[in-house]
Amino acid sequence: MILAAALAACAVPCLAQHLNAAGATFPYPIYSKWFSEYAQQHPGVEINYQSIGSGGGITQIMKGTVDFAASDMPLTDGMLAQSPVKLIHIPTVLGAVVPIYNVPGVGADLRFAPDVLADIYLGKISNWDDARIAKDNPGVKLPNQEIYVVHRADGSGTTFIFTDYLSKVSPDWKSTVGANSAVAWPKGIGGKGNENVAGLVRQMPGAIGYVELIYALQNHIPYGYVRNAAGTWLKASIEGVTDAAATVKSMPADFRVSITNAPGKDAYPISSFTYLLIPTHPTDATKEKVIKDFLNWMLNQGEGQVSALDYAPLPGSVADKVRAAVARLP
Amino acid sequence: MILRIQEPRTPKPADDEPIGGLVPVVVSPQASTVRTFLVSRGSSSIADSTFRWLMLLCALSIFAIVALIATELVTHSQITLAKFGWKFFLGSAWDPVNANFGALPFVYGTLVSSILALILAVPLAIGVAVFLTEMCPRALRGFLSFMTELLAAIPSVVYGLWAIFVLVPLLREHVDPLLIRLLGWTGLFAPPDFGIGMFAAGVILAIMILPIISSLTREVMTAVPHSQREAVLALGATRWEMIRMGVLRNARIGIVGSIILGLGRALGETMAVAMVIGSSPTISKSLLAPAATMASVIANEFAEASDDTYRSALIEIALALFLVTIVVNMFARLLVWAVTRGTPARVA
Amino acid sequence: MASGLAVLATILVIAPLVAIFIDLVYKGASSLNLNFFTKLPAPVGENGGGMANAIVGSAVLLTLASAIGVPIGIAAGIYLSEYGRGTKLSNVVRFTADVLNGVPSIVMGIAVYALIVVPEKSFSAFAGGVVLGIMMVPTVARTTEEMLLMVPHSIREAALGLGVPAWRSVLSITLRTAMPGVITGCMLAFARVAGETAPLLFTALGNDFWSTSLRQPIEALPLQIYVYALGAYDEWHRLAWAGSLVLIALIVVSVSLVRYVTTRGVLKGAA
Repeated sequence: MILAAALAACAVPCLAQHLNAAGATFPYPIYSKWFSEYAQQHPGVEINYQSIGSGGGITQIMKGTVDFAASDMPLTDGMLAQSPVKLIHIPTVLGAVVPIYNVPGVGADLRFAPDVLADIYLGKISNWDDARIAKDNPGVKLPNQEIYVVHRADGSGTTFIFTDYLSKVSPDWKSTVGANSAVAWPKGIGGKGNENVAGLVRQMPGAIGYVELIYALQNHIPYGYVRNAAGTWLKASIEGVTDAAATVKSMPADFRVSITNAPGKDAYPISSFTYLLIPTHPTDATKEKVIKDFLNWMLNQGEGQVSALDYAPLPGSVADKVRAAVARLP
Repeated sequence: MILRIQEPRTPKPADDEPIGGLVPVVVSPQASTVRTFLVSRGSSSIADSTFRWLMLLCALSIFAIVALIATELVTHSQITLAKFGWKFFLGSAWDPVNANFGALPFVYGTLVSSILALILAVPLAIGVAVFLTEMCPRALRGFLSFMTELLAAIPSVVYGLWAIFVLVPLLREHVDPLLIRLLGWTGLFAPPDFGIGMFAAGVILAIMILPIISSLTREVMTAVPHSQREAVLALGATRWEMIRMGVLRNARIGIVGSIILGLGRALGETMAVAMVIGSSPTISKSLLAPAATMASVIANEFAEASDDTYRSALIEIALALFLVTIVVNMFARLLVWAVTRGTPARVA
Repeated sequence: MASGLAVLATILVIAPLVAIFIDLVYKGASSLNLNFFTKLPAPVGENGGGMANAIVGSAVLLTLASAIGVPIGIAAGIYLSEYGRGTKLSNVVRFTADVLNGVPSIVMGIAVYALIVVPEKSFSAFAGGVVLGIMMVPTVARTTEEMLLMVPHSIREAALGLGVPAWRSVLSITLRTAMPGVITGCMLAFARVAGETAPLLFTALGNDFWSTSLRQPIEALPLQIYVYALGAYDEWHRLAWAGSLVLIALIVVSVSLVRYVTTRGVLKGAA
């Protein structure tokens, strides 16, 4: 009976427009909200978004199995040249990656200098009472406790943002590990997804990990200050992230830019855009029309909802450029 | 396929009625009427042979499925097959950035988690089988074997859900600290303890393969002739000696077969393991450390794999898993068949 | 002493099952309400969503899977029992079916991804149904064969003696006599694939909306449970438990039916 009723309820919208999208997990909460509201305001238009990961989104859009994709990392020139589908990047929201930790007897205000963070992940600093950590944290009683490094086991945009940042602040990191969605970690254990990394750190005294800000907030895990390029100690916040996007030196026309270690005085250094990857030569004109309409809706209405879910909206200057790029879509 | 099975019928749409009533007719003197009717419809040899070929075709489709899986896996893992060759399974680097892949940590994780599961499950499974066949009151037997059947029918993902929210906290707070205290000296149970890890995967796998091993063991034990039991008892053996010498010894090949069948299931089990093993491509001595299995790495990373070499490496792991489970299952089936002598072995 | 050990083992085996059921009912039942069966998943942070699309999706996938797996499986079973009995070919088919039964479902998923999803350029309910259907074939074939073998020879001979064509005799006499057992086998296979998650990850993919189209990605109950179980939201965890309870209820009902049919003496020895 229930099934019959459910099938009957489905009968009408099934005739309408279906789009499929897949990709990054980090913006999934806001995307699912957007697509759900957009569907309510535009009966018959359904955009199905599956959060299979940034790498997965890139693969699927290149294989043409989805109508558009989402990724936390911009495609490289090589990937763009390789892709059989011509794509543009549309930034949607901004996120921050925060160092989370579980140090017995230490509160939520630990400070991490950029080189210290890199050296912890390189294994050069292996105890919490290391002098270099103590130097930035006067007055904090650091225990003699081994540092357990936690990182992502799966490929992820979060890892890209984090390793991109470490590559910028540590020449050592850049030469031995590099930046990618999955890297060969010098040490530590892996967790699947932001959730799992957060869970591992919370359970393990002495652990340090990195997650998207939203997960640290929702799981009530302490996260530390990071020193930005201008020398300010900052805790990740929506304002700090938006400032990083606003103060990035030059915004290229295709929006493929890394905003880690941005120069702004109040710019949180481990910040990033997250993108939608939109094909410019769609196979289906009606689908492209829906995508274009959705992007405009997102810029005009969707952006207003992001702060409630702890994402940073696009700064006004960037939003204007994105609006122009959307207008140029066929 | 459905349409083609019915194909021979379509020219004679009216034949359902008379044939439907045929079973009672068998004992009735009116049979000759039916006979005349059937003969009047002419020869059915074309329909017969078509039907026979159709059935054969469907039977052969089982080969086709196996062949198709094998071809798809081989063609899509060409890149790493060519690039790494056999060394793929000996390398322990898993470095997607530099496209350097070795599957050793996953082979290790698969083996260790499965063996761990067997160590935990086999004694229990045999205990249950002995209890059910030799000493359980008849009324309870039906209920208990129903329960073990149910255990076999619970989906992997539900085991995973339960493991994350119930089993893992239990292990982390109560079982693991005890193991570290008692067996810490072996180095197999060493902190840090995350709760999730190889040990948690082994425990959930053990729970999952128990019903398979116990129901098959029960089957081979039932197949041991009663005369064997009676002969041993007649020699003055106690009941336990009778079970040990009369039953278990005679059924041992079949029991080994059922254990290997359980192993086959454990090797390929995916979701529950992926949810609790901790996904780390490393080889650690401590069983409390996170690890990964061949199946879990595919489930976790396949969707994320964004370049061809990476994907090829994962498909090659799938190919290896395919071959290994085929060999393990063949071996197990042969052993079980040897004991039950062709009486069909049912898989729970 | 020894019997004590056997009893202890039995208790240890039953304990997790009881624990799982208690947890499922305790944590799942409170979230089972009308919304659960009629509503789409709510966006993160909003309460009151349901898993209706996943239930419908599972129904679509399982219908397609049965449409593929049941006829092929039954036909293969008929061949094994009625035509190929004792032949070398049928022994090899039987053996291959048993071996195929042991192939990990994730491997099947990868193969079907390469076979259907990549060339079709779309994740689809069709691909998901195919992979589940393939997984049903060996189980259905083997149980059908077993059940047909239990039909007494006299019945077949009586039919043939009356001049009933062989194909008609197989379908209307032998298969009909064994029907309860054959249906049992189909339900076992059905129950098994109903809970499969791994092969759907790269085929059916999942869908947040209503979909019954075979060419579109589709949601399935086990897929949704997997995503919700790993998520970071309490609401998701509640839904995962409720979804599991529904899935288990479906499976318990099938297994109990099977049990009822096989122990009622309809077919002795099938249990």
